[in-house]
Amino acid sequence: MFDELKNKLADVFDGLARRGALSESDVDAALREVRLALLDADVALPAVKAFTEKVREKAVGVASMRSVRPDQQVIKIVNDALIEMLGGDSAPLNIATNPPSVILMAGLQGSGKTTTAGKLALRFRSRERKKVMLASLDVTRPAAREQLRMLGNQAEVGVLNEVDGESPTQIAKRALQAAKLQAYDVLILDTAGRLSIDEALMAELRAIKEATNPHEILLVADSMTGQDAVNTAEAFHKAVGVTGIALTRLDGDARGGAALSMRHVTGCPIKLAGVGEKQDALEEFDPARLAGRILDMGDVVALVEKAAESIKLEEAERLAKRMAKGQFDMNDFLAQIRQLQKMGGLGGLMAMLPGIGKMQKQIAAAGIDDRMIKRQEAIILSMTKKERVSVGLLNASRRKRIAAGSGTTVQDVNRLVKQYQDMARMMKKLGGKTGAAAMKAMLGGGMGGASGGAGGMPDLSALSRGFGSGGFGKGLGGGLAKGLGSSLANGLPGLGGKPSGKKK
Amino acid sequence: MNWFKKLKDGLSKSSKKVSESLASLPSLSALIGKSKLDAASLEEVEDALIAADLGTASAIRLATALKSHKFDGPVDADSIALALADGLEGILKPVAKPLEIDLANRPHVVLLVGVNGSGKTTTAGKLAQNWTAAGKTVLLAAGDTFRAAAVEQLQIWGDRTGTKVIADATGGDAAALAYRAMTRAIEEQADVLIIDTAGRLQNRSELMEELAKIVRVIRKLDDTAPHDSVIVLDGTVGQNALSQVKAFSAVADVSGMIVTKLDGSAKGGVVVALAEEFGLPVHAVGVGEGADDLQPFAADEFAKALAGVDRDDSGWAG
Repeated sequence: MFDELKNKLADVFDGLARRGALSESDVDAALREVRLALLDADVALPAVKAFTEKVREKAVGVASMRSVRPDQQVIKIVNDALIEMLGGDSAPLNIATNPPSVILMAGLQGSGKTTTAGKLALRFRSRERKKVMLASLDVTRPAAREQLRMLGNQAEVGVLNEVDGESPTQIAKRALQAAKLQAYDVLILDTAGRLSIDEALMAELRAIKEATNPHEILLVADSMTGQDAVNTAEAFHKAVGVTGIALTRLDGDARGGAALSMRHVTGCPIKLAGVGEKQDALEEFDPARLAGRILDMGDVVALVEKAAESIKLEEAERLAKRMAKGQFDMNDFLAQIRQLQKMGGLGGLMAMLPGIGKMQKQIAAAGIDDRMIKRQEAIILSMTKKERVSVGLLNASRRKRIAAGSGTTVQDVNRLVKQYQDMARMMKKLGGKTGAAAMKAMLGGGMGGASGGAGGMPDLSALSRGFGSGGFGKGLGGGLAKGLGSSLANGLPGLGGKPSGKKK
Repeated sequence: MNWFKKLKDGLSKSSKKVSESLASLPSLSALIGKSKLDAASLEEVEDALIAADLGTASAIRLATALKSHKFDGPVDADSIALALADGLEGILKPVAKPLEIDLANRPHVVLLVGVNGSGKTTTAGKLAQNWTAAGKTVLLAAGDTFRAAAVEQLQIWGDRTGTKVIADATGGDAAALAYRAMTRAIEEQADVLIIDTAGRLQNRSELMEELAKIVRVIRKLDDTAPHDSVIVLDGTVGQNALSQVKAFSAVADVSGMIVTKLDGSAKGGVVVALAEEFGLPVHAVGVGEGADDLQPFAADEFAKALAGVDRDDSGWAG
């Protein structure tokens, strides 16, 4: 998301950076671009106006400050204003002192209420060890209750049984009763999608609120929403007093201006972000991170978090040991490829890397995508056990067989083998380094990473190198972050063999 | 004609805004007696169009066109709205084209694609209803094998409309299901086969690949199918609709679109930007949750509602 906005702002600031000082007309020129970019990013007009005003006030004052480079100062002002507008610090969910905590989900049709309810239930159960009950008050959409029941079963939480003929308010009361009697910690009420202009249904929502006194009323909204985000958020807020916003489908490529709009008109914090189809793909919304993505500074935090969650400790230790002995075979290579896939594939990773925004077209043109990773996996899987351990065995006829077996060409196989060899060499070289310097490089690389990234093509093996050096050597968590960081800061040269192969 | 009323009711909430903001143009009083717009009021027209989700490019183009527009009488909110409606209708008219079944195809295959939550399954149900009512034999294929209870949802629509539903359990292979549904529809000589698919974000290459596979598999049995590959767009969507249409067209040869949820406060103005960019037919609009709430897209009414032309003399009261 936000990629195009990121690119446009980058263009604006590229222009500013070339000049020495920042005049009022520079600021105006930048703000015109910011305004258009925000509008094209679906930020609603009133929010755009408020934002550009704020930035203008601050930026023009800065023009006289000579100690800091003006373009950097403007980036900082825009960034700060964005963070401020998106909500400053991240906001946790309201929880009752006396259980059960009641969470009411509301929103338009198809915004993702039921899916988010299921994700939230899993999150409470797995992360906070809460006893959770889901109850569907959606008697309108066919099979909505069935859907919530299935999601509840997947999340291994309680689901209120269905009784035919009840009104949503009756179900809500029964659910609250049941949650109290059975000592649930959290009760999540999913409601039918409704239009904000449908007065009867909005009245029903108010009745549900009065009957259950929720601690949290979450407006679930699609991040692809256009200008209507303001109307919808305003109407729901007026009707029931929204306490937080859950933004769904943030894994899409929508620029997500709706986040700014809704935050602006309701003043409600955005508390949750839906980032995928899997049930654990629900994150806390982090305004700073989102602003960082808008400014093309990349979502490195998410990348590191994702890595830490996806990579198993035992696996990391096993690899670390093998590397210490100087062993790194195709099985290890395969393991790393699979870890990348677990982290959301290349598409998911790219979106989080600094400086990638502008390169995405190039990357697509070079044919680097998740299919390529899949092909690499297929090639390794077409090798015999022996071949995977000693790559030296791979003579021409074996390579031919592997290519046939994996539906690829001998060139593809050669490329993979070369990539493996490069990586094995790098592993040996980097094996001894500690992560501290890399961490520094990563933080410094936050802003500057853009230029580094634009220089070379992103490199899968560099990512893996990162895992290998800082990460696997040090175990999980911080070490991993450092490892990742080093490769990020290096600007990720040459993904796999492919782009470099093209250059040659 | 009840859809006009619904669309009108819904759109009036939003289109009012355009006409209201036009009526409150601060510079308008200065224009009285003049026959052209000044820069300040043009910018406000532009803003009003942007607020209707037309996007900056289309909004700027339309507003700029107004600049050279010769107003017959004095310039006021009504005359601006009328001129805008004209401009919008000019853009939308060529793309207003209802979904038509060609019985020579038997089955005429309609594939529904789109992002999550745009209203594909509901639209599938409504289409089945319309065609069944028109005496066609219809088969529904529950191709959303991913989302929990999507199959059940379509099944309920099948029961409501008396349409046979071909389905597997959730988690099955969507392409295999599509193949089976095609085979069935050919065997039974059904008039129409409507294939629902799982919602997918257009930047997820593996999911888009799955959709491409569904299309490939369908073409194994009939290389002219799907005869209509329809993207279902949420009426509340903003400029991301452009990216959606582009990406889905690339894998599923989208031939037209259906815009849903236009009975709310959303303006659906992105349809204008889409018409300018892609020129794809807009087949129908969804204006409610009932089976008969899917209606052909009428360019003139949509344009008038969007521009906020006073509907009393627009002739759609019936």
